[in-house]
Amino acid sequence: MSASSPQVERDRIDGVRLPPVTALGMLSLALVLVAGIYLSAHLPKHVPLGPAIALLAASALVFTGNALALSRVDGFPWRRFFGVARWALLAYATISAMIEYVFLRNHTGGSPLIVLTLSLIVFALNVPLLIGFTVARYDQPAPAGSGAPAGPPS
Amino acid sequence: MAQAVVSTPGGTIGDGPAAVIERPDFQIVPRAGLPIVAVVLGLLVAGVAVDKLWPLIFLHVVGGAAWTIIDLFLGFVLGPIMGQLSIPARVEFTTRLMPKMVLIMPTVVTVTLVAGWQLSTFLGTNLTGNPLHGWVVASFIVVGVMAVIALGLLEPANIAVLTELKKPQPNPAVIERLMKRFIYTAGATGLMQIATLVIMTKLSAG
Repeated sequence: MSASSPQVERDRIDGVRLPPVTALGMLSLALVLVAGIYLSAHLPKHVPLGPAIALLAASALVFTGNALALSRVDGFPWRRFFGVARWALLAYATISAMIEYVFLRNHTGGSPLIVLTLSLIVFALNVPLLIGFTVARYDQPAPAGSGAPAGPPS
Repeated sequence: MAQAVVSTPGGTIGDGPAAVIERPDFQIVPRAGLPIVAVVLGLLVAGVAVDKLWPLIFLHVVGGAAWTIIDLFLGFVLGPIMGQLSIPARVEFTTRLMPKMVLIMPTVVTVTLVAGWQLSTFLGTNLTGNPLHGWVVASFIVVGVMAVIALGLLEPANIAVLTELKKPQPNPAVIERLMKRFIYTAGATGLMQIATLVIMTKLSAG
């Protein structure tokens, strides 16, 4: 089957040759959000930090594995990825800073603040990864006038 | 306004001869809106710093109302309409609506969450002993589910559609695929907003 045949193009667009970045990113995001919800449900009172740390560690692990798996994709359009991801990072760092601010305003400190801050960092890194990946995987333009789906480089 | 073209196979993706659709020029992130976002975030910082009831209620209710209504309207009214539009109409509508959503949604969500936390601290509803604490935690869970859907699927699809449409030769199949994702996830977050309405009305009723 030729590289430009509809079946190959359909496989590419479905991300068959890419790691499951979106699914893993959503899993990492879900884990860190559960950690945040757990902390928020207890604050400003004392919070047993074990579950939050475990969730944060799991989220960070999934995120790191996801980023590593993506970094090993040959020919991935990194220029496009970083072109989008850096602005998304700026936006979600700002959002995370606003959330951090409201907790600081209410005198959250010590270990809960550290776990919360690390959770926000993982959150702020995950979203640019998801947005950058979704944009970059479709970076390859379709052949002129073909109307065929574009896909990530194999 | 500058125009560009999108080649589509006769209006239906997958068969027929290619047709050409005009699309308006646009910015993925409308720069004119950035000062407005800065002002809104400045008001949020001031509202939290002042820590008075009225500014916090104002920020939380305005942000929350905008978030809920936009999600419901997009999920149940605009989404299905977009799905039925012709491809040229959908492309034109998308290039006018979605860049605004790139700025509006993160801003209203941030205002709602930050002001909401400060408001619940002010009212004491985030204390574990408060009788409404369970409802507050329920709202965190609903927001968490919506955040995973919106940040994992909806927002990336939105940006990717706009990026594709900015290309000299956008690929209609990619746009179609991402638009479907956008419309379905908008419907899912719209459904979750019904839960938000139940929780928030319960919290305000006491």
